[in-house]
Amino acid sequence: MIQFQDVTKTFGSRTAVNKVSFNIDKPQMVGIIGRSGAGKSTLLRMINRLTPATSGQILFNDRDILSLKGGMMRRWQRDCAMVFQQFNLVPRLDEVTNVMLGRLNGHGTLKSLFNIFDQDDVKTALAALDRLGIAQEAPKRAEELSGGQQQRVAIARALMQDPHMILADEPIASLDPMNAKIVMDALREIHERDNKIVICNLHTLDTARTYCDRVIGMRDGFIVFDGAPAALPTDVAREINGADESFNEAATSTAIDAGKSGSQESAGVMTPAAAAG
Amino acid sequence: MAVAAMEEEILSLRKRRQLYSLIGLLLVVAVMVSGYSKSNDMNSGGFLQGLSKFFDYPGEIVVEAWEAGPAFFGLIIQYLPAMLETLNIAAVATLLGAAMAVVLAMASTRNVDSWGPLIPVVRRMMDIMRAFPELIIALFLIFVLGSSPVPAMIAVAFHTAGALGKLFSEVNENIDRKPIEGLSACGANWLQRIRYAVMPQVAPNYLSYFLLRLEINVRASAILGFVGAGGIGQELRRTIGWGQGAGDETAAIFVLLFVTIMIIDQASSYLRGKLVGAGRAH
Repeated sequence: MIQFQDVTKTFGSRTAVNKVSFNIDKPQMVGIIGRSGAGKSTLLRMINRLTPATSGQILFNDRDILSLKGGMMRRWQRDCAMVFQQFNLVPRLDEVTNVMLGRLNGHGTLKSLFNIFDQDDVKTALAALDRLGIAQEAPKRAEELSGGQQQRVAIARALMQDPHMILADEPIASLDPMNAKIVMDALREIHERDNKIVICNLHTLDTARTYCDRVIGMRDGFIVFDGAPAALPTDVAREINGADESFNEAATSTAIDAGKSGSQESAGVMTPAAAAG
Repeated sequence: MAVAAMEEEILSLRKRRQLYSLIGLLLVVAVMVSGYSKSNDMNSGGFLQGLSKFFDYPGEIVVEAWEAGPAFFGLIIQYLPAMLETLNIAAVATLLGAAMAVVLAMASTRNVDSWGPLIPVVRRMMDIMRAFPELIIALFLIFVLGSSPVPAMIAVAFHTAGALGKLFSEVNENIDRKPIEGLSACGANWLQRIRYAVMPQVAPNYLSYFLLRLEINVRASAILGFVGAGGIGQELRRTIGWGQGAGDETAAIFVLLFVTIMIIDQASSYLRGKLVGAGRAH
């Protein structure tokens, strides 16, 4: 489905992403882990074309998406929805409008300038919000919501785009553990129910092990690990984090033991066995 | 010792500074005295002789207004249409100017992804628009288009576009870019990003500057009447020009102008306070 071929990004003399190549052949939930500055965000932003790549190709269904321009590029941006660490909602607009903005690409400029969204858009937006369990907050302004609620609105906006894949850039880095779990459950549920590719940048191995089918470890712009989370050896994990042997990940982990937190209504049932790390 | 040497140095430094201050003060006094005597020579009357008559004219006006009695209020009503004309010029000019200013601001701020090469061009354009006072533009346009409120309106709108454009562009500099990035990632085009990611953030500040400008433009439009642009200014020029006998009319116009500007001033500062307050609450 999507192939990365020698994707490279340099900022001046620094190489943020260095000849990254990998394929995703079927809808998977992929976790990209690595410490700050490893190139995870840059990689995701290159897929969405928020950051231009220096060289290399990204092929989606045999089409090089890095060479798209203008309207075609914006169309592609709609197809690969992005979820941000800081949510990136419009604070003064209400929740349901924020979600409907995910459809801007399908609307003519003139129509959207006069804030015309039809009944169908409202219905779809409310359905997306309902799926994430925040439909009752729909008339509230985005700035009045908690961080966890804002991130769920952002995911609803992504759903509104009806994308091929969802890219999540540190979606839980500014959330408390409970909200982090809700957000990760939601992403997992979208992957399982809608059969979409979800690529998720994460800080903690624990979260990646719990939620992802596949983990890609990055360090200094290179891929240092690519495989099933269970196969990740401890020394490689330490290398990814740039830590020595005294480092204990559990101390800062935001994962919640699935056994203790009880069952959520979400369909995102994970592999709790892996959460023990 | 070292401290004693330091003391010496500091003292001499202070003396030198005091000397400089004294020289500066003497220079200022010299400039003012020479300037006064020069301009006093040029005047037809003397400044000091004129000073004693300073309150004669206002006194005359007040006396004539007092003698007019209840008819004074009739005069206020009589000049109300002229005042409305001035208000009209100000309102239309501010609306048109502000609409132009929004376009100029969106085209001249890097923070809202304006097209790079256009930014310095539009900025210089706004500088030029601001550089010409309304009065100069109005004089020129009245010469070309004749005496009517339209040249005044164009003149005020032109200056307003430059002035508000600059302020709006500064508001744009300070916005949060995260919503813009969020909408870019959805595939929204530039106009859509401006409409949904920029406008909601800047609207309260824009409105606040708009009201401030409306206030300024009411005063500007009144003055433009003096050069033949109609409205209350034209009436005022006529009555003042008549001198004695029209004091009651002059007073009525002054009262009308004063009350109107005060009402607009109060109303707009109340509204702006509410807007900024609403912005801060969240």
